[in-house]
Amino acid sequence: MGKSTFMGGIHPFEGKDLTMDKPTTVLLPKGDLIFPMSQHIGGPAKPVVAKGDNVLVGQKIGEANGFISANIISSVSGTVKAIEKRLTVSGKLVESVVIENDNEYTKVEGFGEERDYNKLSKEEIREAVREAGIVGLGGAGFPTDVKLTPKNEDAIDYIVINGAECEPYLTSDYRLMMEEPEKIVGGLKILFKLFTNAKGIIAIEDNKPEAIKKFKELTEGEANIEVQALKTKYPQGGERQLVYVTTGRKLNSKKLPADVGCIVNNVASVAAIYMAVAKNTPLIERIVTVTGDAINEPQNFRVLIGTNFSDIVEAAGGFKNKPEKIIFGGPMMGLAMYTYDLPVTKVASSLLAVLHDEAAVEESPCIRCGRCTEVCPMLLVPVGLAKAGAHNDEDKFLAMDGMECCGCGCCSFICPAKIGLAQKILQTKNSILAEKKK
Amino acid sequence: MNDLYNVSAAPHARSPITTRNIMQDVVIALIPASLFGIFNFGLRALLVILTTILASVVTEYVYCRLMKKKVNPGDYSDVVTGLLLALNLPASIPLWMAVIGGVFAILIVKMLYGGLGQNFMNPALAARVFLVISFPAQMSAFAVEKISSPGVFDFINHGAIVLDGVTGATPLADVKAGATVDLLQLFVGYHGGTIGETSALALLLGAGYLLYRRVISLKIPLSYILTLVVFTAIFGGQGFNVNYLLGQVLGGGLILGAFYMATDYVTSPTTGKGKIVFGIFLGLLTGLFRVIGSGVEGVSYAIVIGNMIVPIIDRVTFPVSFGKERVKVEKE
Repeated sequence: MGKSTFMGGIHPFEGKDLTMDKPTTVLLPKGDLIFPMSQHIGGPAKPVVAKGDNVLVGQKIGEANGFISANIISSVSGTVKAIEKRLTVSGKLVESVVIENDNEYTKVEGFGEERDYNKLSKEEIREAVREAGIVGLGGAGFPTDVKLTPKNEDAIDYIVINGAECEPYLTSDYRLMMEEPEKIVGGLKILFKLFTNAKGIIAIEDNKPEAIKKFKELTEGEANIEVQALKTKYPQGGERQLVYVTTGRKLNSKKLPADVGCIVNNVASVAAIYMAVAKNTPLIERIVTVTGDAINEPQNFRVLIGTNFSDIVEAAGGFKNKPEKIIFGGPMMGLAMYTYDLPVTKVASSLLAVLHDEAAVEESPCIRCGRCTEVCPMLLVPVGLAKAGAHNDEDKFLAMDGMECCGCGCCSFICPAKIGLAQKILQTKNSILAEKKK
Repeated sequence: MNDLYNVSAAPHARSPITTRNIMQDVVIALIPASLFGIFNFGLRALLVILTTILASVVTEYVYCRLMKKKVNPGDYSDVVTGLLLALNLPASIPLWMAVIGGVFAILIVKMLYGGLGQNFMNPALAARVFLVISFPAQMSAFAVEKISSPGVFDFINHGAIVLDGVTGATPLADVKAGATVDLLQLFVGYHGGTIGETSALALLLGAGYLLYRRVISLKIPLSYILTLVVFTAIFGGQGFNVNYLLGQVLGGGLILGAFYMATDYVTSPTTGKGKIVFGIFLGLLTGLFRVIGSGVEGVSYAIVIGNMIVPIIDRVTFPVSFGKERVKVEKE
């Protein structure tokens, strides 16, 4: 049974009004397109083209390397200009295929053809998803086909479609829900083919009443689809919070949603599944929110993956004034980069340019107010974990369940002493994880 | 380099709450009680308030300078300590004693333990206890002479209390002696006592502001006061005598202690459960001191002793993380 809300959480400034009611603009790329081979969790894809090759729209240019990996598909036609390391949003140099666009957009054979998914077998559906290079588009980038292959598919009784979009400023999922809801419902119906015992829940935060209304209308009469309005609170769209409020089931760091009978997919991923299976269209485009008080005309753009972010900023009228900070993703979990001369990847949901960097504040001593403990959705004691981390006391960190930290950043947000708690905790967590791997 | 944008770890959004505006809220919340204290006890009360605040702020500044530490960037924590200390002193206290109190609170209790956030006792209360032990007579000099036809100057100097005068004993002492007290007078605060403790009305007004601003929660004050009421009802020897029980709540420093001192972040538990345990513990201690002990008051001692078991409470009430129970079941 669903719950009304989860424990903890925060209410940051939403900033969605800047973009949410503006229709999405289609934008074609200008210069070369860059396709990093790692746009997902797992092994980087292996380039399957060479310098000088001609490629077409929809052609596989990077092949999934290993079980947890994903294909990379070209979004344009043209010539492979180089295969070299390029800077990505993650701050890392990643091997990338650079393609010179011939502006013809010649497609591979069969691209966009209608396909009746009712006639496909489960294996064919999964194969189509894998071939299309679909990963979790909410930001995590976990390969979707792996997610759709749990140990026991009959044990899955809930498919949760994540339309919470709890990150402030982001509206790309909202625009998708408003403009192409039938793709999302179509994708859900394809998922029902894989999980025959499952019920579908489309979960949307209640700050998006229009979207909730739209989906209620669209799914009227569908006995196995429920549209659930969620209380607007960050991190409502976090996997563990979402599963809890929709099904009442609890996850922890050692459990995947499938372990408690759930499959969770972002709305954009589900729409991509629909396109791949029913329209034979791989993942070559996405909606990107360009917003923030430094942007002249904040709005959403539908862009081809590989497009340079600087093209998008230009299309949004450029900057009003020089921003202090540019964030890729939302202000809570996004990554700040020193430049925006970077390619759009599958998981790049937004570019947020702000005139004032709120995080550029000096830390002061902890006054033990306990706010971090109050807001932690994992019910941890962030300040204690940060201290254990600072003392390199891994045993204490583990005893205090530090590995359960989901990295949502609520503790850093709320701290009146402006201590970067989440950063300190994640540092310790990641170093413990790295040691384990050795 | 100017073309580069700021880089930092997520999150990039920060709440507008700062240590400074929390402390400012506490100061704002204490304004009604301070004003009432000045109304009640006159200019002398104002002088004590200014003296302890000045002593606290100067002590912290000088300490930081001498020890070559970063000077307090105006977080108002020293002002809060000074103000709270003044509200816990009788208006008649010699000013040099008030200075000693301020210096003790900041130097010994706060700075020597590492400054803001590191002290294990509430600095203002520890200083009050220190003064009570050092100068018992001056710390309980609540008597005010009644002036039969007071002039304007008398009011300014000694406050409204000169109309009736204070005989010496605080209302709580009367309550303990078994006398029936005028509850309305107690609630409004027109009676003897320390500068800030007398008016429950003014204190609750400020507490309401702190609750509204979510600086404090009701967990500690409510569990504290309720425990004391239950304890005195059972062991007070007066049974369920409303006048006696409300006299216990309103007559001494309980409202000031429960809402403003016990809720001090640094010296109270951080978890919700811990806060309730802490409140109950304070209620029991205060009850013991007031009912079984020979003294009349007990709030300051209860809170100062309670402060010392906060680390234990924090350990015992450590929260269970989300989704953990299930794992335990599976392991069995």
